[in-house]
Amino acid sequence: MNHTPAVHCAGLTKFFADVCAVENLELTVHQGEILALLGPSGCGKTTILRLIAGFEVPDAGRVEIGGKLVSGPGAFVPPERRRVGMVFQDYALFPHLTVAQNVAYGLRRKAERATRVQEVLALVDLEEVQDRLPHELSGGQQQRVALARALAPQPDVLLLDEPFSNLDAGLRKQVREEVRDILKATATTAILVTHDQEEALFMGDRVAILNAGRLEQVGTPEEIFHHPETRFVAEFMGHTGFLPAWVTTEGLETELGFLPQRLALPPGTQVDMLVRPDDLVLCPDPQGAARVERRFFQGMHHLHRVVLPSGRIVHCLTLHTEYYAPGTRVRVELTPGHPLTCFKNGRAVT
Amino acid sequence: MAEITLIRRHRARALFRGTRLRRVPRPTTWLSLILWGMAAVVAGAVLLPTTYLLIRTLDAGTAAWAPVFQARTLRILGRTIWLAMTVTATSAAIAVPLAWLTVRTDLPLRRMWAVLTALPLVIPSYVGAYLVVAALGPRGMVQQWLEGLFGISRLPDIYGFPGALLVLTLLSYPYTLLIVRAALLRMDPALEEASRSLGYGPWVTFWRVTLPQLRPALAAGSLLVALYTLRDFGAVSIMRYNTFTRVIYIQYQSSFDRAAAAALALVLVAMTLGVLALEVHTQQRARYARSTGRTARAQPVIRLGRWRWPALLFCATVVGVALVVPAGVLLYWLVRGVRTGQQFVPLWVATRNSILASGLAAVATLMAALPVAILNVRRPGRLSHVLERITYTGFALPGVVIALALVFFGAHYARPLYQTLPMLILAYVLLFLPQAVGAVRASLLQVHPSLEETARSLGRRPWQVFTTITVPLVWPGIAAGAGLVFLTTMKELPATLILGPLGFKTLATTVWSAVSEAFFAQAAAPALLLILVSSLPIALFILKEHREGI
Repeated sequence: MNHTPAVHCAGLTKFFADVCAVENLELTVHQGEILALLGPSGCGKTTILRLIAGFEVPDAGRVEIGGKLVSGPGAFVPPERRRVGMVFQDYALFPHLTVAQNVAYGLRRKAERATRVQEVLALVDLEEVQDRLPHELSGGQQQRVALARALAPQPDVLLLDEPFSNLDAGLRKQVREEVRDILKATATTAILVTHDQEEALFMGDRVAILNAGRLEQVGTPEEIFHHPETRFVAEFMGHTGFLPAWVTTEGLETELGFLPQRLALPPGTQVDMLVRPDDLVLCPDPQGAARVERRFFQGMHHLHRVVLPSGRIVHCLTLHTEYYAPGTRVRVELTPGHPLTCFKNGRAVT
Repeated sequence: MAEITLIRRHRARALFRGTRLRRVPRPTTWLSLILWGMAAVVAGAVLLPTTYLLIRTLDAGTAAWAPVFQARTLRILGRTIWLAMTVTATSAAIAVPLAWLTVRTDLPLRRMWAVLTALPLVIPSYVGAYLVVAALGPRGMVQQWLEGLFGISRLPDIYGFPGALLVLTLLSYPYTLLIVRAALLRMDPALEEASRSLGYGPWVTFWRVTLPQLRPALAAGSLLVALYTLRDFGAVSIMRYNTFTRVIYIQYQSSFDRAAAAALALVLVAMTLGVLALEVHTQQRARYARSTGRTARAQPVIRLGRWRWPALLFCATVVGVALVVPAGVLLYWLVRGVRTGQQFVPLWVATRNSILASGLAAVATLMAALPVAILNVRRPGRLSHVLERITYTGFALPGVVIALALVFFGAHYARPLYQTLPMLILAYVLLFLPQAVGAVRASLLQVHPSLEETARSLGRRPWQVFTTITVPLVWPGIAAGAGLVFLTTMKELPATLILGPLGFKTLATTVWSAVSEAFFAQAAAPALLLILVSSLPIALFILKEHREGI
C-alpha cells in the first residue's frame, strides 16, 4: 500500500472577482479512496475539482497529485500532464467521434490502443454500441462512455462532477451502483462532487461537507451523519430539528423532559439539541399539550409535524400503520437510545 | 448579494493580512500567443480606414468640413433617414405576416412559399433597380406594352424616392422575414397555450403573447434593413435618389476635393454607428427573451379556413413582384438581345474574376475571423470583447467609405498595393468580417468548453485539442461563414468599382456599366448568372432550417 496521498490540497484559495469560491482549503484524498464533496449549489465544489484538474489557477495555496506539486507558488502543470481523468455533468462526449473513438482519444500509444479500448468497453459493458455516435445512446450509456473514456488512460485520480444529475431517478440509483462497483474493481482514486446527501453517503468512502467555499467536516458517512461537527452539517444532512436544552449537573433539561446526558459545560448554559424524527415517540393523548399540525405519508412511514406548547415545531416518525389526523392532541416523548448531538454557537459540544 | 460580496471581501482581507497575495499567472501557451497576435493584426487592419479618414479630414482643416454644413448636406441627411425609416417600416409590414403564415399555419404549399419569399435576398440592389427601371421606367416594358394597346407614350417617373423605396423594400424585407421566422420556429408553444388556458382567444393571444415575444427579432431584423438602406449604393444610384453613398461617390468621382468626400463619409459612419448602437441595445434585451432551448413538442398548426385565399394572394403578390417579375424581365431582355443579334461581351473573364476575388475574400476573411471568434468565446475578458467589437466596425462602414479610405491610404502610403487585387481583397475582408466572425462565433458557442477540457485532461496539448476537437466541431460554422462571404463578395459593387485593378471586370461591374449606359440587354446575362450562383446555397439553407425546425 502506497501511503503518499493521491491528492493533497493545502491552503487552496480561489477568487472570482471579489467572491471567494474556495477559501484556505485543506483536503487529503488517499489512494484508492472515493471522496464525496458535498454541499449546496454555489459552495465551490466544482471549483475545487477544476483547481485539481488544472482548468483553474489557484490564487493561493497548493495542489499535489501523487506527492508531486502541480499547482502552487511558481509551479503549474497543464491539465494534459496531470494524469487526471474527468467526467463532466453533461458527459462532454465528442459528438463527431464514435464510442470507441471517444474512448481511444486519451490513449497515446497506438500499439496498445485497440486492446485497451476493448478492455475498458468490456468493463463498462458497452462493446455492442462501440461504433455508434454519442447521440445514438441512452443517457445511462452516455454516462458509461464518459466513465470509460476517463478511465482508459489509467489516470491517477478520477474527478466526477455531478455525474448522475442528468439521469432520471430510477436509472440514477442503478448507474450509481454500477459506477461504484467499477471504481472499486479498478481501485481508482476518485473525487465525486454532488449536492445530493443520499448520493454522497452511498458513493463516498469519506464525505467532505463544504459551505460557502470552506470545509465544514470530513469523515466517513456514518461519522458525518451521527456526529456532525457543526450545525450546518447537521442541517444539511436533512430531517433535522433543534430543541433548546439547558445544562444541569445531572444532565439536560428540555421541553420534552429530562435527558441523562452530561455535557462539560457550566450548569444553566443553553445549547441546541439535534433531534431527528426517529428520536421521538408519538402517543395519542387527549390531555397532551402538543398537537399534530400536518402529516406526510412517505410510503414506508409517516412523518408528523407537531406543534409543542412553546410553539416550537418538531417532526416525528411513525410506522406506516400508525398515523394521526391533523389536530389530534398528542404527547411527545424523547427516547433516543443514544446521546444526542448538542451545538453551542453552531459547533458541536460534548 | 452585495452584502455577501462585502463579507467575502472582508474575510479575504483577513485571510491574507500580512502575506502578500502572489497571483500565479495563467500559463500562456503557444496557441494562445499566436491567436492574440493574429487578432491584434486584424484589429489594426479594421481600424485603419476610419482612423485614416479622421486624420485626412483633420489635416485638411475646417475647409474640408465646409460642404458638410451646407443646407444641401442637411437635405441629403433628411432624405437618407427618411428612406431608411420608410423602407424599414414597409419591410416589417410585409415580413411579419409572411413569417407567421409560413411557420404557423396550414397555408397550401407552405414550404415552397418559405423558400420563394426569402429568395429576393440574392438579388443585388443594382440588379433589382435595373429590373424595376427596365419594367416600370418611363419607356420600360410596361410602357411599350401599354403603347401597343392604348397608345400611352410615357409613364410617370419611377426615378427618385418611389423607385428607391420599392426596390430597397423588395430586396431587404427577407432580412426581417428570416429573423422573425427563426424566432417563431424557436418559440415555446407552451406560452401560447398558457394564454389560451387563461381564457384568451387566438387573436388576443397573438397580440399579447406572440407578438411581444417577436419584438427582439423584429427589432434585430429591422435594424439590418435600416443598415442595408444606409449602406446601399447601387439602387439609389440607378434610381438617382441622392443619399449619402451616392453623393460621396459623385464627390469622389467628379472633383478632386477628396477631403470633402472623406468628411461626408465620416457623417455616414456616424449615422450607421448610431443605428448600430440601437442594435446593441436591442440585442442585450433580446438575450433575456431567448428561450432556454429547442422545444420538445412541435408547434400546433393554425387552420386558416376561408382565410387561406387572401393569404395565398398576399404571398403570391409579394413573390410575383419581388421575384417573378424581375426574373421575367431578365429573361425578356436576354431573349430580346439574342434575337436582335446583340453583340455580347464575353462573360467568362468576368465570371472567373468574380469567383477568384470572392474565393480569395472568403478564405482571407475566415482566416481573420477565426482568432477573433475563438478568443471572444474561449477567453472572455475585456480585451477579447473589445477585439470582437472592433471587427464589427466593418458593419458600420459602407463599402463606399472603406473603398475611399483605402484609396487615400494606398495612394499615400502603399503605392505598390494601390489598385491591386490584394487591396481589393483587404476591402472585402474589412467589409464582411462581421458576418464571418458571427458565423464562427455562433458555432463555437455550441461547442461546450467541457469538450475541450476533457480532451486536455485526456493528455492532449492545446494545439492538438484545437485540431482534433475544436476545428471538426466548428467546421459547419466555418463553411457557412465562408459561403456567406463568398456570396456577398460576388454581389458587392462600390468597393469593386473604386478599388478594382484597372480593367478588372467582374459580373457585378459588368452589370453596372451596362445599366449605367442603359444597355439593358447586355446587363441581362451577367445579372442572371449572378442571381443563379447566389440562389442555390440560400435555398439549401432555408430547406435545412425547415427540416430542423418542424
